[in-house]
Amino acid sequence: MSQLAEHKRRRIDELTARTAEGGGVSLFRDAGRRLLRNPTAIVGATIILLFLVIAIFAPLVAPHDPVQRFPELTKDLTVDNIPGPTAGHPFGSDPLGRDFMSRMIYGARQTMFVGVLATLIGLLFGVLFGAVAGAAGGWIDVVIMRFTDVMLALPSLLLAITLVALARQSTQWTVIVAVAIVNVPIFARLLRGSMLAQRESDHVLAARALGVKRRDIVTRHMLPNSLTAVIVQATLTFAVAILDAAALSFLGLGDPDINRAEWGLMLGVDGVRYFEVRPELAYFPALAIILVALGFTLLGEGMREALDPKNRR
Amino acid sequence: MLRVVSRRLIQLFITLLALMTLIFFWLRSLPGGPVDALLGERATPETRARLIKALGYDEPIWVQYGHFLKNVVTGNFGNSIRTGEPVMDVISRSFPATVELAVAAIIIAIGLGVPLGYLAARHRGRALDNATIILTLVGISIPIFFLGYLLKDWLTQSVHLFPPSGRISTGMDNTDVTGLFVLDGLLTREFDASADALWHLVLPALTLATIPLAIIIRITRASVLDVLDADYIRTAEAKGLRNPTVRKRHVLRNAMLPVVTIIGLQTGALLAGAVLTEKVYNWGGLGTLITDSISGSRDYPVLQALILLAAVVFIVVNLLVDLSYAIIDPRVRVR
Repeated sequence: MSQLAEHKRRRIDELTARTAEGGGVSLFRDAGRRLLRNPTAIVGATIILLFLVIAIFAPLVAPHDPVQRFPELTKDLTVDNIPGPTAGHPFGSDPLGRDFMSRMIYGARQTMFVGVLATLIGLLFGVLFGAVAGAAGGWIDVVIMRFTDVMLALPSLLLAITLVALARQSTQWTVIVAVAIVNVPIFARLLRGSMLAQRESDHVLAARALGVKRRDIVTRHMLPNSLTAVIVQATLTFAVAILDAAALSFLGLGDPDINRAEWGLMLGVDGVRYFEVRPELAYFPALAIILVALGFTLLGEGMREALDPKNRR
Repeated sequence: MLRVVSRRLIQLFITLLALMTLIFFWLRSLPGGPVDALLGERATPETRARLIKALGYDEPIWVQYGHFLKNVVTGNFGNSIRTGEPVMDVISRSFPATVELAVAAIIIAIGLGVPLGYLAARHRGRALDNATIILTLVGISIPIFFLGYLLKDWLTQSVHLFPPSGRISTGMDNTDVTGLFVLDGLLTREFDASADALWHLVLPALTLATIPLAIIIRITRASVLDVLDADYIRTAEAKGLRNPTVRKRHVLRNAMLPVVTIIGLQTGALLAGAVLTEKVYNWGGLGTLITDSISGSRDYPVLQALILLAAVVFIVVNLLVDLSYAIIDPRVRVR
C-alpha cells in the first residue's frame, strides 16, 4: 500500500514538475538565470552582500568595542561638543564618548538582525494564516480574512505604534514583534490569493484526480507554487521593516538599551537630538539605512521582474 | 451602485466594531489593568478604589463593554489623562492642522507625481527617466523624519528661506474660522495670514509628500507605459487624431485608474507619516497628539479615539476612491 502511494506520489511529482517546466528548464532555474541577468537585482544583491559581510565580520572589522567609553573621547565631551575624527577614532565620538565607527559597523549586525527577524516572523505567521485560509476555504477563510481586514484598516506604521504603545514597556523585542505583526495580514492575503489561483490550476486538478491526499496537495503542490509572490514581498518588506524600526526609535518607542548599536536607534535618538552639534551622527546611520533599504528594494523589484512568467521568453 | 455603497458601509461598520472590541479587551488585559496604567504603581489603595469605582471597573466586563460601545457611538471617549479635557475636544482642536498638512502633501504628490511619471514614461530609458527612477527609489528608502531634519537644517538654518517650525508666526493676528489657517486667511481677507501660514506649510508638506510622491511617480510611469502599448492608442494615432487629444483622452484617462487606487492607499501613509513629520516641525496636529499621548505615561483614552479615527478616515477615503472609479471608468458603471 505504502509502496503504491510512494510510486503514485513520485509519478505526480514528475507530472507536475513537467507542467511547470514548460520548455524543459525548471521554473526556478530559469528564474535564477534571469535573476543573474537582471541588473537591478544584481546591484541590490551586491549592496546587501556588502553589508552582510560587514555584519558577520563586525568584530574583525571594527577597530574598537562598540560599548566602551574612551577617556580620550569623553575628555572634551559636552552636549555642545562631540569630538570629531581623531587618531584611532576615524568617525569620532558618539554622545557618550564611544567609538562611532565601531558602533556603525556593529550597527550593521543589529539592524540586519531586527530587519531579518521582523520579516521572518511576519512571513512565518502570514504564510501560516494565508495557507490555512487558502487551503481550507469556507468559514475559516472568512474569519481569517475579516481579521486581516481589521489589521489593514490601520496604516502599518500606525498599527506598529499602537502595538508598541499598548505594550507599556518597549524592548528590542516589542519593536521586532510590532513590525512583524504589521506584515502578517499582507503576507497572509498575498499567499491566500495565489493559493486560490493554484486551487483552480490544472496540476492540482491532476493531483486530485490521481487521488493524492489533501494535505499533500496543499504542502507539495499548492504551497511551493504560491510562494513566489510572498518571497518577493518579503524582500521588499525588509526595507520597510528597518525604516519602521527607525521611526519607532524616533518616536521614543524604540529599544531603551543605551548600549545597543542599531542604526535606527542611532539615527532616531542621538542623530536627531545632536543634529546641530554633529550632523554626522545622523548622516552616517541614515546613509546606511538608505543603502540597505535600497538594496533590498532593488533585489525585490529585480526578483519580481525575473519571476514574472510574463517575462519568460 | 447603491448596493455596493451599502455593502461597503456595513463592512466598514463591522471592521470598526471588531477594532474597538480588540482595543477594549487589550487595554483591559494589560498587566495590572488600565487603573495601574493610569495611576502608576505608587498609588494608594484608596485612590485606586476610587478610580476603579469612578471608571466603572467594578462592574462585570460585559456591562463595561456595553458602556464602552454606547460611549463610542455617542462620541464620548472620556477625558484625556494628560490634560483632563474631553477627548473629543482635544482631537477636534488638532484635527484641522493635520488636514491642512495632509491636503497640501497630497496636492504636491499628485501635482508633481503624475506629470513626472508621465514624462518619465514618454522618455523611457533616457536620462530623465533614469533620474526619476533613482529619485523615487531614494524617496522610498529614506527615513522621512531624517529628510525633515535635513530640509530644516538646509533651508531654515543655513539659508533662512522657511520658518523652522510651527504653523504660523507668533504675533500674526489671524481669525480662526475653519482651523485651516491658509483657508481662514482667504475667507476673512487676511491675506498676510494666509501667506504666512502657506510659508510655514511648505517644508512639512514636502517632507510628508515624499513617499506618496515617489509611489505615484512609479505607478503613473508603469501605468502610462502599459497604456502606450495598447492597441487603441495605435488606432487613435493611426486615424490621425492630434497628439494632445490622444494624450489627454486616451493615454492619461486610461492610465489614471491604478493611480487613483494608489492615491487612496497613500492616505494611510500620510496618516502615519504625519506622526513623524509633525514631530519634526512641531506642527501641533493629530500626529503631535499621538506622540504626546505615547511619551511617558500613555494617554489611553486619547490613543484609543485616535486609532478609531485613523481607521475611519482610511476606510472612508478608500471607499470614495472605489466610487470614483465609476466616474473615471465607464466600464465599472455598467457592472
